[in-house]
Amino acid sequence: MKALSLLLALFVGFLLIGVLDDLPAWGDAKSPANSYVSAYYLKNSMEQTHVPNVVTAVLADYRGFDTMFETGVVFVAVIGIMAILRRDPKEEDSETGDRPPHAPPEGFILGVATRFIVPFMQMFALYVIAHGHHSPGGGFQGGVILGASLILMAMTGELESALDRMREKWFIVLVAGGFLLYAGVGLGCMFFGGNFLDYSALAPLLGGDPKAAAIMARYHGMLWVEIGVAFTVMSSMFAIFAYLSSDGRMDRGL
Amino acid sequence: MIWPQDLIWTYDFTLLVLVVATAALSLALKDLMGAAIVFGTYSFFMCLLWTVMGAVDVAFTEAAVGAGVSTVFFIATAYNIKKEAKD
Amino acid sequence: MAWVEVHYNYLLVIILLMTGLWAMIGKNNLIKKCIGMCIFQNAIIMFYISMGAKKGATIPILKHVPGAHGHGPESYISDPTIYANPLTQILMLTAIVVGVATLGMALTLVQKIYREYGTCEEDEILNCMSEEQDHELPLQDELKA
Repeated sequence: MKALSLLLALFVGFLLIGVLDDLPAWGDAKSPANSYVSAYYLKNSMEQTHVPNVVTAVLADYRGFDTMFETGVVFVAVIGIMAILRRDPKEEDSETGDRPPHAPPEGFILGVATRFIVPFMQMFALYVIAHGHHSPGGGFQGGVILGASLILMAMTGELESALDRMREKWFIVLVAGGFLLYAGVGLGCMFFGGNFLDYSALAPLLGGDPKAAAIMARYHGMLWVEIGVAFTVMSSMFAIFAYLSSDGRMDRGL
Repeated sequence: MIWPQDLIWTYDFTLLVLVVATAALSLALKDLMGAAIVFGTYSFFMCLLWTVMGAVDVAFTEAAVGAGVSTVFFIATAYNIKKEAKD
Repeated sequence: MAWVEVHYNYLLVIILLMTGLWAMIGKNNLIKKCIGMCIFQNAIIMFYISMGAKKGATIPILKHVPGAHGHGPESYISDPTIYANPLTQILMLTAIVVGVATLGMALTLVQKIYREYGTCEEDEILNCMSEEQDHELPLQDELKA
């Protein structure tokens, strides 16, 4: 089986190498991928949205549908994991017997170090979410760092200490709430008369000169949407870790 | 690319060799915990490669997701599965 | 050699792709298959990002015109040729997050299989499944009779 799969991999690899002549050279500034749509985004995203980080502008505004459904994919993954793994803590294992013995983390150093690090991690994560318009960052990155801070608390202490701070009911509500916030902003745009996820329709909320308000409405609409994504991603990272490490029982972790 | 042109060849080549070496190593290790940790290293080298190519948002996400959360998922699963890989 | 210099990013992508593919098909342990899946996904992301890189270009965050400190469009340089291509990076951001969700799902299934069969090796699981099928057949004959 292994020899057969190695032959197959080598065969497909040689086929792919044979096609390489048709692909553009590395670093070519005039290749077809670099010429048409991305040049439009680089030229016009500043005028239309006032956001210097082109990646965030296109993700949250020009291609907002993709980001919304990606948030939906993460939500559905958490629901699927909950449906497969979750079970009663007192249920007996049929085949595998007991899990590995739980070694509570000993010593003083891990607890103190965690208590120093976690607040700074969370503050940095909030900065990354809020400053995503001007620096690399945005909703996903900040959400993952927030989730990682909860995972750090669960790994260096007991799983219950992290579950006390983010109970199961809360993270289920947050996972759905982030996606609802994203879709809610889109529906709000429809109530004001624009298309779904067309943030310039929210301009009457800001008041003032209509053209400038349309641009700033897109700027602020992007921030709300990134906050929704951050909620979903934070809860889903911690939820998947909690279910995987406790094998569904949610009583003790690693 | 953001690197100065005279440095590019040596460092680029070293990074490329390290990426392939850590990928092959994480598949070859029999101990599942070791494989998970070397997978974290592979993820981190990919993040460095993408920073060189100018994709800083993607490198940030990969550092947080791949070298952070993904490795932790593998470690959590490998801890609950008590056996070693046979090959 | 000139051909290799111009295309060496694609050669790296092909090596990683084939490593991931071989691991997913040929390895016996289920967790090694998941690692192979992650290597494959990272190789595809590398392919797109390397297509978006340009020689001498900087990151796609718009630079200030030197000396200007305002926030309007006139104080930023909007020339598309000095920035790396942002479109490929955007698509790959979505791909990374979807990849980690898929990985969580795959590891959940691995844990559930371990709970049911007590092993993580593919050939032992297939043996257990065919033994279960052998034991079930006589019962079905009794039900029919």
